[in-house]
Amino acid sequence: MSEPEAPSCGLPHSRPERILLAHGGGGRMMQQLIREVFVKALGAHGRAAEHDAAVFAASGPRLAFTTDSYVVKPLFFPGGDIGKLAVLGTVNDLAMSGARPLYLSLGVILEEGLAISELERIVGSIAAAARDCNVVVLTGDTKVVERGKADGIYLNTAGIGAIEHTLHIHPASVQSGDVVLLSGDVGRHGMAIMAAREGLEFETPIQSDCASLAPMVHDLLSAGIEVHCLRDLTRGGLATALNEIAATAQQSISVEEEHIPVEESVRGACEMLGLDPLYVANEGRMVIFVPPAQADQALALLRQHAHGEAAAAIGRVTAQPQGCVSLTSRIGVPRILDLLSGEQLPRIC
Amino acid sequence: MCLSVPARLVEVSNSQDALTRVGKASFGGALKEVCLAYVPEAKVGDYVLVHVGFAISIIDEEEARFVFSFLEQAGEAEEPLQ
Amino acid sequence: MSLKYIDEYRDAELARRYADRIASLVTRPWKIMEACGGQTHSIVRCGIDQMLPAGVELIHGPGCPVCVTPMSTIDAAIRLASRPDVILCSFGDMLRVPGSSSDLMTVKAECGDVRICYSPLDALKVAAANPSRQVVFFAVGFETTAPANAMAAFLAKQRGLANFSMLVSQVRVPPALEAILSSETHRIDGFLAPGHVCTIMGFSEYEPLAERYRVPIVVTGFEPGDILQGLAMCIEELEAGRSRVLNQYTRAVQRQGNLAAQAMMGQVFEIAPKVWRGLGTIAHSGLRFAAPYRELDAEQRFDLGAESPEEKSGCISGLILQGLKKPVDCPEFGRGCRPERPLGATMVSSEGACAAYYRYRRPLSAAATEARHE
Repeated sequence: MSEPEAPSCGLPHSRPERILLAHGGGGRMMQQLIREVFVKALGAHGRAAEHDAAVFAASGPRLAFTTDSYVVKPLFFPGGDIGKLAVLGTVNDLAMSGARPLYLSLGVILEEGLAISELERIVGSIAAAARDCNVVVLTGDTKVVERGKADGIYLNTAGIGAIEHTLHIHPASVQSGDVVLLSGDVGRHGMAIMAAREGLEFETPIQSDCASLAPMVHDLLSAGIEVHCLRDLTRGGLATALNEIAATAQQSISVEEEHIPVEESVRGACEMLGLDPLYVANEGRMVIFVPPAQADQALALLRQHAHGEAAAAIGRVTAQPQGCVSLTSRIGVPRILDLLSGEQLPRIC
Repeated sequence: MCLSVPARLVEVSNSQDALTRVGKASFGGALKEVCLAYVPEAKVGDYVLVHVGFAISIIDEEEARFVFSFLEQAGEAEEPLQ
Repeated sequence: MSLKYIDEYRDAELARRYADRIASLVTRPWKIMEACGGQTHSIVRCGIDQMLPAGVELIHGPGCPVCVTPMSTIDAAIRLASRPDVILCSFGDMLRVPGSSSDLMTVKAECGDVRICYSPLDALKVAAANPSRQVVFFAVGFETTAPANAMAAFLAKQRGLANFSMLVSQVRVPPALEAILSSETHRIDGFLAPGHVCTIMGFSEYEPLAERYRVPIVVTGFEPGDILQGLAMCIEELEAGRSRVLNQYTRAVQRQGNLAAQAMMGQVFEIAPKVWRGLGTIAHSGLRFAAPYRELDAEQRFDLGAESPEEKSGCISGLILQGLKKPVDCPEFGRGCRPERPLGATMVSSEGACAAYYRYRRPLSAAATEARHE
């Protein structure tokens, strides 16, 4: 790594408080940043950043591999921050194939001007979430872009997990008659973000529901539940996830509105803004498709977990008409539960 | 017309001028500041209808039963309930 | 985990008892128009029309202020939002309504500073925080929203917020209902009047209409229980040959309405003729700034042009707003016209009849066909 060429571009005398373009230059400042922020929080494995690739051994005949980028604004919200999301989101994606999450890569794009104290907070969250999920951040990359080209920080995590079961957990495995289970109440993450953005207050602040789904998935598989499909609910909420599965599986899904748990303050905030909680983002919730004979057992297993207390059976898979999701309203009449064309906007009408 | 949602008034500002009177309303626990200029008699504990950040009516607790009591009537009402 | 004054009226048993009551009352076919888009939305979403006996037909009315804002006003908002010196503040509903060649959402993505406001008072805050820029609030609404919009104008003037102005598209319901009733093609036997509009205005304005045209008019709320009770009350009148004005929404509406709100409206606005998108000009059906507030009118402050753009061909939203056609009668419904690329406003507004039908009521088989092709 070479020194910057222009003699006027020397190293600052004291530790800078904000990210500078030089932090991405590959020189001493970058190495200092990596050492003092990333390696310090993420541990010895962070030294893998000094080589071009990390080398590891993994068990199991099959591996799962996923990647996701995180651009959430604001960076910090009740219940978490972008760092925590970046770990949990990718861990959850791995869990959705029934894989045991093992390793993550961490790609970081920093905006010039980001406060280093905020970066330390975020990296601390990454480290804590990784420890909680029993995953190791094995390799990473850091870049810096000019002020205005990123919202403070963008993250990308890719994840590798080991598949230690023999099921094919995928929408293609969904069968007519399968019971649809939902692991908890919906709409919290999206409303927590909206509260932070729009200055909505709550008597009891809504916490984002971001959490690892891996322990619940592990328990289901260990108990021998024949899981046909898993899907974590993210952008677009429950309705979007169900539509995607119905379309891929070429099956139809029918759900009952009164069985879908939604917390009171989430409902109140949604009513006020004219939003439908079934389309609001989540970060720690999943739907599980299981054979009807195992539904009760699966539900009992979910409810043993802190994040699964409100788990419920919300509907069934039916054979036709194909690819459609229908919702039976509280007053008992069924209707389509459609995909939205764009994002939901607050409304006055 | 126009999305208006019932909420419980949990806080009311001390204001001499009715037009600048504001309060906080709770929608099942979600709090929002509301302008109370158009409901000068509203007090903490009342339920108000909120539209675009303005309380437009105080919900009459007794009249709220009308949707249920109507069904309990045997036949047609003599006078329209207004 | 229930929300008070909401969930009680969404009860399945209550709905069923009202459906039974209506079935026991009906001896002839009746056509009833619900005036308000919020009522249309509730009806289609909850399947209320499917609970009614075969002879009762619900006709969807023009009560969607988003749908009836003239296309030229949308274009004006787009032109304002595209100016670098302007911040356009708007309710979320207006962002995707199609103008003649674009919409506010596209302008927001490309170059314009467009901000979604929950309340008109939020726009005042934006103006106070950005003194060097012009802040225009897109003040759309029926009488329900007029007092809030009026307050924003009143406070702006009081505080001397010189950089604040409003692009106004305020409409009044009774003249629109009269326009429908006086047309020879209407087939409407009774009305559900818009509950929240009447919270502000009361319902004495409907009494001359009921008498002149011999139609019962029931002021009705928005939850399934409210709408079913309103229908039961309306059908009772029809079966008895009466045409009174009745109030179903007694928990929120009184005959005289909200006097404090009316006073502010009367101070800031005056009645004027208004163009309704799809319906044409209706006399006395709009509000414009009264003389002391004209300086706040964005149409006077900025040069906005005076074009009369044409609706995209194939759009029949005018006929739908008058209740003469249903969305499924339109050849473009679900084909050339969908929420992602709407031909008209009724497909985009959350209260528009076409949007409600598309979202909740496309035949399941058609929805499945589309899903396969996407």
